[in-house]
Amino acid sequence: MLEKALVGTKRYYTLLAVLAGIFALGFLFYLQQLKVGLGITGMGRDVSWGFYIAQFTYLVGVAASAVMVVLPYYLHNYKAFGRVTILGEFLAVAAVTMCVTFVLVDMGRPDRVMNVFKYPTPNSVMFWDIIVLNGYLLLNILIGWNVLECERHSVPPPKWVKFLSYVSIPWAVSIHTVTAFLYAGLPGRGYWLTAIMAPRFLSSAFAAGPSLLILLCLLVRKYTKFDPGREQIQSIAKIVTYATLINVFFFFCEVFTVFYSQIPDHMLHFKYLFAGLDGKARLVPFMWFSIVGMTVTAILLTNPKLRQNENTLAALCGMVILTTWIDKGLGLMTGGFVPNPMEKVTEYAPTIPEGIITLGVWALGFLVLTLLYKVAVSIKEEIRS
Amino acid sequence: MGIDRREFIRISGLAALLGLGGKGAFELLRPGQVEAALKPEAGALSGKRWAMVVNMQKMDEATAQKCINACNRVHNVPDFKNPNDPKNKLDPEIANRYEVKWIWTEHYHNAFVEDQTNLPDKVKQMAFLLLCNHCDNPPCVRVCPTKATFRRDDGIVNMDMHRCIGCRFCMAGCPFGARSFNWRDPRPYIKDTYPGYPTREIGVVEKCTFCAERLAQGLAPACAEASGGTLIFGDLNDEKSQVRRMLQKYFSIRRKVHLGTNPQVYYIV
Repeated sequence: MLEKALVGTKRYYTLLAVLAGIFALGFLFYLQQLKVGLGITGMGRDVSWGFYIAQFTYLVGVAASAVMVVLPYYLHNYKAFGRVTILGEFLAVAAVTMCVTFVLVDMGRPDRVMNVFKYPTPNSVMFWDIIVLNGYLLLNILIGWNVLECERHSVPPPKWVKFLSYVSIPWAVSIHTVTAFLYAGLPGRGYWLTAIMAPRFLSSAFAAGPSLLILLCLLVRKYTKFDPGREQIQSIAKIVTYATLINVFFFFCEVFTVFYSQIPDHMLHFKYLFAGLDGKARLVPFMWFSIVGMTVTAILLTNPKLRQNENTLAALCGMVILTTWIDKGLGLMTGGFVPNPMEKVTEYAPTIPEGIITLGVWALGFLVLTLLYKVAVSIKEEIRS
Repeated sequence: MGIDRREFIRISGLAALLGLGGKGAFELLRPGQVEAALKPEAGALSGKRWAMVVNMQKMDEATAQKCINACNRVHNVPDFKNPNDPKNKLDPEIANRYEVKWIWTEHYHNAFVEDQTNLPDKVKQMAFLLLCNHCDNPPCVRVCPTKATFRRDDGIVNMDMHRCIGCRFCMAGCPFGARSFNWRDPRPYIKDTYPGYPTREIGVVEKCTFCAERLAQGLAPACAEASGGTLIFGDLNDEKSQVRRMLQKYFSIRRKVHLGTNPQVYYIV
């Protein structure tokens, strides 16, 4: 099947070349980072995780969201999703690839990465995160590839593939839960020390991931002969609607507990993000845009007319992706580290090399995604004709 | 013998996987002593529960600075604000971000953010010496994915910088800001390299070790030695130890006790 990824239109090759180019540029800057150290980023002793880990967290969510098309298909026998499960699974593969790369890029000593396996430490959440992420990657490659191959030859997929599909459902939940536990169990970080972190991660994941999937479905329909289907897109849109509403609800649950309890360790982080602290307020406009935008989008999504019109739907999905990205990709990391344990404010902003390396990893992910989608779509086109 | 190429690749692949994961699996099922832990040699100071008492009644700025200088010197802690070669000069904001701190001072309100209002004003205006608290229940050890940070039986929370992968989970885990990362090569910022302690490479975390290397030689921690009795180091488990007697006699406070990490650095105020 891989041969399908090798032949394509000129536009396909151009896309691959552009993505490979961005990846190569990012790689060059990464070589610089290896030589000079992580000091070329905007991180420092106070904000010691930045853009890389934030992208990692966001993309774990995108990966987990594949379950939103897999679950209705396998558990509720919702046949319509049979057409799009492969798109969800391959999106998960690309997203986990980016996650793993972001973690590697963030490591001070990537040459020692095998130490994690040489000295396995079950009391570290990171140990479990590595296991669930790699397991999820493997599951999605195995399931996606085999189901597609069987579809091509018009035979039902073998029993073990179906078994793995069932396994992948709780597994998807686990990857984002464990990722939330990386933060939610740290005693000194008031912004993260909340039991609703894993549920919030999941709700924002099930809002953002399926939104991205809708946009990808629309692109696939526009540029290929394979139509993922209107009904399918509409069903995913309902999932996005509920998930976004729940995500906004969870946010306000958090805000209530933090501000009604009046515990300073917890309030200060929110104050920094939404009002600024010690005159430092770099993230304030972003955070307000994120929460107001997310709330308005959630309300608009409940209107069936706006959902049914694919143009407005696409715009709303774009808003969901953007606002959840600001929440998780900008606010979560910096908000957790500011103020620092001495309640001093050191702000964070990514540097240009850091930004280019980040873009490079995204390009790598979209390169993987393009190749996988090309295979999937070619097979679907082949079956149709 | 019929072993074709495909079979050969399959077997060698499996063998490689086992080789990589085998030892790990074994350690997981039967965890043993952490390899990096050391057994004390003859002449070494040994204790069951090392602790530090900072006597703020005797503390002044000059003493604090002496302690900091002594520690920085014997641990090759870089000073990013003062490079040896002017061409390595850093923007002050970047130098702050890179800063490596083993022992440093903070104003009372920053050291004790939970504000104990019943303390005398004099105390509240003082700069407090901060260092790793060598917590009894250390979150940094709990989160480290490679056991590069580990707690010794005598209570010292130590680091193996050769095992550290630089993930900085411990920096997020530490509620006291006691951990530093080598954001760049520290060597151009070390004035006189002290031969008795290794300098660090880029990409690893470091912190105060209660001078584990000096204890092994029978010496007190460098800061305590330089403090002229203001910093007292000793074994809390030993009834006759000075730290134990001081804590029984005077009122002392610790940082963020409510978090349950049980810090082993005490401040007599």
